[in-house]
Amino acid sequence: MIKTENLTFGFENDTEENLILKGIDLEVKNGEFLCILGHNGSGKSTLAKHFNAIYLPSGGRVLVDGIDTKCEEKIWDIRQNTAMVFQNPDNQIVATIVEEDVAFAAENLGVAPDEIRKRVDYALEAVGMTKFKNHAPHLLSGGQKQRIAIAGVIAMKPKTIVFDEPTAMLDPIGRREVMKTIKRLNSEFNMTIVLITHNMDEAAMSDRIIVINDGRIELCGKPREVFSDVEKMKTLGLDTPQVTYLAYLLQKEGINIKSDILEIDECVEEILRICQ
Amino acid sequence: MINDITLGQFFPVNSPIHKLDPRVKILSSLIYIVAVFFANGFSGYLFVAVFTYGVILMSKVPPKLYIKGLKPLVFIVVFTSAINLFMTEGQIAQIGSVPLKLGFLKITNEGIVMAVKMTARLIFLVAGTSVLTFTTSPIVLTDGIESLLSPFRKIGVPAHELAMMMSIAIRFIPTLLEETDKIMKAQASRGADFENGSIIKRIKALVPILVPLFISSFRRADELALAMECRCYRGGKGRTRLKSLKICHIDYAACAVMLMFVLGIAAINIFVGV
Repeated sequence: MIKTENLTFGFENDTEENLILKGIDLEVKNGEFLCILGHNGSGKSTLAKHFNAIYLPSGGRVLVDGIDTKCEEKIWDIRQNTAMVFQNPDNQIVATIVEEDVAFAAENLGVAPDEIRKRVDYALEAVGMTKFKNHAPHLLSGGQKQRIAIAGVIAMKPKTIVFDEPTAMLDPIGRREVMKTIKRLNSEFNMTIVLITHNMDEAAMSDRIIVINDGRIELCGKPREVFSDVEKMKTLGLDTPQVTYLAYLLQKEGINIKSDILEIDECVEEILRICQ
Repeated sequence: MINDITLGQFFPVNSPIHKLDPRVKILSSLIYIVAVFFANGFSGYLFVAVFTYGVILMSKVPPKLYIKGLKPLVFIVVFTSAINLFMTEGQIAQIGSVPLKLGFLKITNEGIVMAVKMTARLIFLVAGTSVLTFTTSPIVLTDGIESLLSPFRKIGVPAHELAMMMSIAIRFIPTLLEETDKIMKAQASRGADFENGSIIKRIKALVPILVPLFISSFRRADELALAMECRCYRGGKGRTRLKSLKICHIDYAACAVMLMFVLGIAAINIFVGV
């Protein structure tokens, strides 16, 4: 469980007004799939980097499983507990062979070789890349590389994985692969997921969305609730899933359609219902 | 094509030499180098030649590749043999009754012998050490070096850090090549010309490639460091390995062969001496 209490953050010379985070109170529950939305520069990546003590709060505090991230002796426990996957898979892969890269984190933690073997197999299985364990990473596709990067953090056995725009550099197929993997980690392996994204369809898959704007939590709620407020989202510089937007436009035209549609099938059904 | 470059000289086939522990191979290469310098007389050289050829055959790497590896050496060989040929003092060689002497240049019998010996030595050295690089992948080689250097950690040799830097450098070669290719294409599409003009002009044309390449490498390094930190990397202390190096039967056999090689050279030096 990750908890932030009145978290503020700014670099050294920042004054009160241009702090990057201006008081965030948030609780990420175990097993939750949380999505953080916000336009560029809203502070969402900065917030995420507080979850594993990459950044330390300027004010307030962050608790990871009850441990304050400012506690220096516990820093490696915190990082092992809360893993992070970044945008560019190329810049996260350390080794020249897939399985050795997956083993990297476990090796750093000083896990015994037999146990590393088990964890590597488990992690590769979890992301569906067992077939490629002896491949060279630079010969894989973007989506495959990103799954290797995910496997690399799973081998630490973290409770939470924070994804910082994991699909931003991938093609549509790679995106689908990675999102499927993330969803699976959440539902089958019961991992807590924090996903930062710009893609609203990905956000719609989460349990809860928080929208960050100018260092503050602007909106918070289930995807349906958040996206149904199309106008508010627009003022925050964010899109909504296409079907939600379609429903919004239809509603504006005076058609009686519900506004919290997220999925294509749902939208089709709703339109059919109206047509009848 | 810029992407086709293989890493190092590694030639992946399945041979007994490939299976050896990298540490054994590195140490054997060092012993070999020293032994070659101790070899004396033509019987000694013949012995080294037979041994080297035997190892080359065992490595299952096509001998053509070894010969290719010798090519860059031609200049050095010619240069050193010329020096040896002309500079060694001794009896002036003769063809029939014509002495080989022209002004201050002279060829002596001893010079000819020295030149042949030096050439043979250089060829042995390069061919012998190529066995190491042909049969060991750069990463395994790095592991071997790390393991061999680790006793020196006590006197401040950063064995793990060196090995980590080397393996990351190797890991990023293809990535950076790809990036160079991309930058070159981007510059070419905006009218940059890399192929024509004088050498100076072409070197100047490389600047717009190198600058973005450097900037992006720094950015990559920064991101990689962050990702490594997130994966709990904190140096070599307390680190374990998925695959630790293990000495097997075949390694003992290799050590025995190396011992025989050294003893053979010593015996030839003592008993034959020609």
